[in-house]
Amino acid sequence: MAETVPVKSAGIHRDRFAQLTIYIAAFMVCAAFVWILSDIVRGGVAHLSWSFLVDAPRDAGRAGGIGPILVSTVLVLLVALTAALPLGWMTAALLAEYVSADSTFGSAVRYSLQVLAGVPSIVFGLFGNAFFSIYLGMGFSILSGGLTLACMLLPILVSTGEAGLRAVPDAYRLSAAALGMSRKTTLFHLLLPAAAPSLAAGLLLGIGRAVAETAALLFTSGYVDRMPGSLLDSGRTLAIHIFDLSMNVSGGDASAHASALVLITALLLINIAAMRLTAGWQRRKIVPE
Amino acid sequence: MHGGSEQLRRPASEKTPGKGDGAYTLGPMQAGPVCCDPQPLIQVDNLSLRYGAKTALDNVTLDIYRGCITALIGPSGCGKTSFLSSINRLTDLIPGCRTTGRIRVDGCDIHESACDVQALRQRIGMVFQKPTPFPVSISRNIELPLHERGIKRRADTAAIIEQVLRDVGLWDEVRDRLHASALSLSGGQQQRLCIARALALNPQILLMDEPCSALDPIASGIVEDLIGQLRGRYTIVIVTHNLAQARRIANYAAFFWVGGHAGRLVEFGHCRQIFESPAHELTAAYVNGVRG
Repeated sequence: MAETVPVKSAGIHRDRFAQLTIYIAAFMVCAAFVWILSDIVRGGVAHLSWSFLVDAPRDAGRAGGIGPILVSTVLVLLVALTAALPLGWMTAALLAEYVSADSTFGSAVRYSLQVLAGVPSIVFGLFGNAFFSIYLGMGFSILSGGLTLACMLLPILVSTGEAGLRAVPDAYRLSAAALGMSRKTTLFHLLLPAAAPSLAAGLLLGIGRAVAETAALLFTSGYVDRMPGSLLDSGRTLAIHIFDLSMNVSGGDASAHASALVLITALLLINIAAMRLTAGWQRRKIVPE
Repeated sequence: MHGGSEQLRRPASEKTPGKGDGAYTLGPMQAGPVCCDPQPLIQVDNLSLRYGAKTALDNVTLDIYRGCITALIGPSGCGKTSFLSSINRLTDLIPGCRTTGRIRVDGCDIHESACDVQALRQRIGMVFQKPTPFPVSISRNIELPLHERGIKRRADTAAIIEQVLRDVGLWDEVRDRLHASALSLSGGQQQRLCIARALALNPQILLMDEPCSALDPIASGIVEDLIGQLRGRYTIVIVTHNLAQARRIANYAAFFWVGGHAGRLVEFGHCRQIFESPAHELTAAYVNGVRG
């Protein structure tokens, strides 16, 4: 058995090396996240207070708070989701349930969504400016920004929704049909609830993308930092506020860090809430095993 | 000869919900020679079925008699399941599947535009090989198709749910957990729930695609006894690979075989005749276990 020893030990070394490399890679990923997070927390936590959350910005954002900016962010997000969710999920239902997987129409829709997903956000901004702001006369407004964002969210919502619906076993469709249930009932009472985790994942990705978006909103919702009076007012979102503070305002770093901390915390809370909601909705419609 | 299949049909009043005092049972068995005066309920003429370029069924002509259990037997891939799913037009859902020929249920051509496919499927219950309960509660499984049918009053649905669960012998096992997930039931219970779900719509016909093959012998025995009890009240078409089972429960048997790359009907007749004095040598070889 002696001749097997060297082979074995070389194998062990190679194995350990591979293991080490994998661990280092994972560690570096975590380290990058921790670095960003600690940087933001260190720079922003001192600046954070209740009045920072509710006050209006003063002195171009160096002082004061982010109250109107939070309101604008929420409004832009609501407009985007209100427009994109029904469109996106209905398109997903069409692709997964109403057209066959290899139909020309389905492929055309899927292809255009892929192209849409690859378009840089600045191009969306220019399109939104030309179409919503100028052609439809919405000007620099929350409505115009939200609708531009909705266009960006569609590919995410459609692809996650379609994948989720396709993952639902065909047995449900066949037995529902055999019981004389309409496609509509089957879709709303069985398939969509069964696909809920996937829909929620798409929703979260979409929200994340929307609140992080800067370029598409520069030309559409603008960066007026006043409290918006209506959806037709211009409004500055958090991401644009952070961009403006760190690029255009000297001495705005502390506010930028604090705003980034608020953004990250909000995303975290939205994630948790959405997961809870989905679980609850699914339990109501679909009883887990 | 007494009987006559009219007598075998369940009076409509028997299923009326809300008759109280827990009397929701199937009632006494119809005794005596069953189907001595066969009346066709499903008439299949020259049915051929293709999946793309592949022919699964070739020119099948067959009458299914009212109130009887007809077993479809034959080796795998000979088109038994395809035959079954063309009766309720479930084949419409399969991409690339095309049928030619004529199928009449109670005299109406199911492929005519006047035929409402949803109403057709509500008249024809179907039970699949693998139990397919929806991932919702036990009671919701039965409620969903009832709602679609327009039966929405809580008292009505509750009565029907109790009735059909009693009919399949599941009521005592699940009465305390109607709101638990249907997926928490055992395989045999799930299959009986699927049968109950089909019965809830008060169908005329039940199509069963190897309803016992995914179950253990005990559960399979329970489901088989249940199918036997449904005889006379429903017209049942059952696909089975279990020849002993076909022999035990069926009145009629149809033997399918793959000939020339397509499934075709070789022989149809009384169950006893098919098993004891088959006219065709392929049937004889198959039922005696020589081929297949």
